[in-house]
Amino acid sequence: MPIDLYRIDDRLIHGQVVVGWGQPMNLGFIVLVDDEAAASDWEQELYRMGVPAEMEVYFASVDDAVRRVDEWRADRRHGLLLTGDIDTMRRFTDRATGVRAVNVGGIHHRVGRTERLRYLFLNADEERALRTIEGRGIVVTAQDVPSAKPARLDDLIDGTRAGAP
Amino acid sequence: MSDAPKAIVLAHGDLAAAFVAAVDLITGRGDRFEPLSNRGLGSAEIDEMLRERVHALGANVVFTDLPAGSCNFAACRLLKDRRGLIVVTGVNLSTLLQYATSSDASDADAVATAVARGGGALRVLTGPPRAD
Repeated sequence: MPIDLYRIDDRLIHGQVVVGWGQPMNLGFIVLVDDEAAASDWEQELYRMGVPAEMEVYFASVDDAVRRVDEWRADRRHGLLLTGDIDTMRRFTDRATGVRAVNVGGIHHRVGRTERLRYLFLNADEERALRTIEGRGIVVTAQDVPSAKPARLDDLIDGTRAGAP
Repeated sequence: MSDAPKAIVLAHGDLAAAFVAAVDLITGRGDRFEPLSNRGLGSAEIDEMLRERVHALGANVVFTDLPAGSCNFAACRLLKDRRGLIVVTGVNLSTLLQYATSSDASDADAVATAVARGGGALRVLTGPPRAD
């Protein structure tokens, strides 16, 4: 079974992921691709403690994720691969093939970012990185919860391509 | 407990403010808590907000709503750096009411009593069986 959802969310593992998406998807595992969490036993323990017992959490650096993604795709359970920022997903899709769609679930306000949706704020570098992902033939949409209507990248970012002259 | 620092209630949306308003309505002791919301914040910003408020209030107890939620993960991350901090997750109104009116001498005792009360408040009630 392929990984059902590739998501970018700066809250990492949280209610929307575990409950909002996790329950309707009957999620069996989450892969958190985050170099910091992958290097911290304490962070890993923290997340494992918080999620329901029937949900497994794997932690991976980008390198590990690229190496192991086929193994997770072969898992019979439903899975979700998660990054905490756009650049990590860009680096992952630089090298991992077979990703057809990326869901942008939440990038919150920070200085230098422009509001695109209530839950989505982007700076120029992040817009450019999303365009790079899209340029690989991957459909990029923003959608915080399953009941919301997905918004396509072109509807979020001005018609001019980020980085274009 | 009357001189103890405020406890923090950190929850999704308006939930913490609503909890504290309800505690105040029922007991007049809403001042025992400071409500915080994760609305509009990423993980790093929730961490930063909570750290600042815990430090400013000298809070020893943080109540959060959902074990798998960003509020709870932020509170748990703080456990690493702040000795003596107690995090309670899955909080409900009964837990907060008990904590607000506690006469226990220590935060730990007050939390233990409040958690027991809150856990016991979750019940299934049924009427007579349906005729059909």
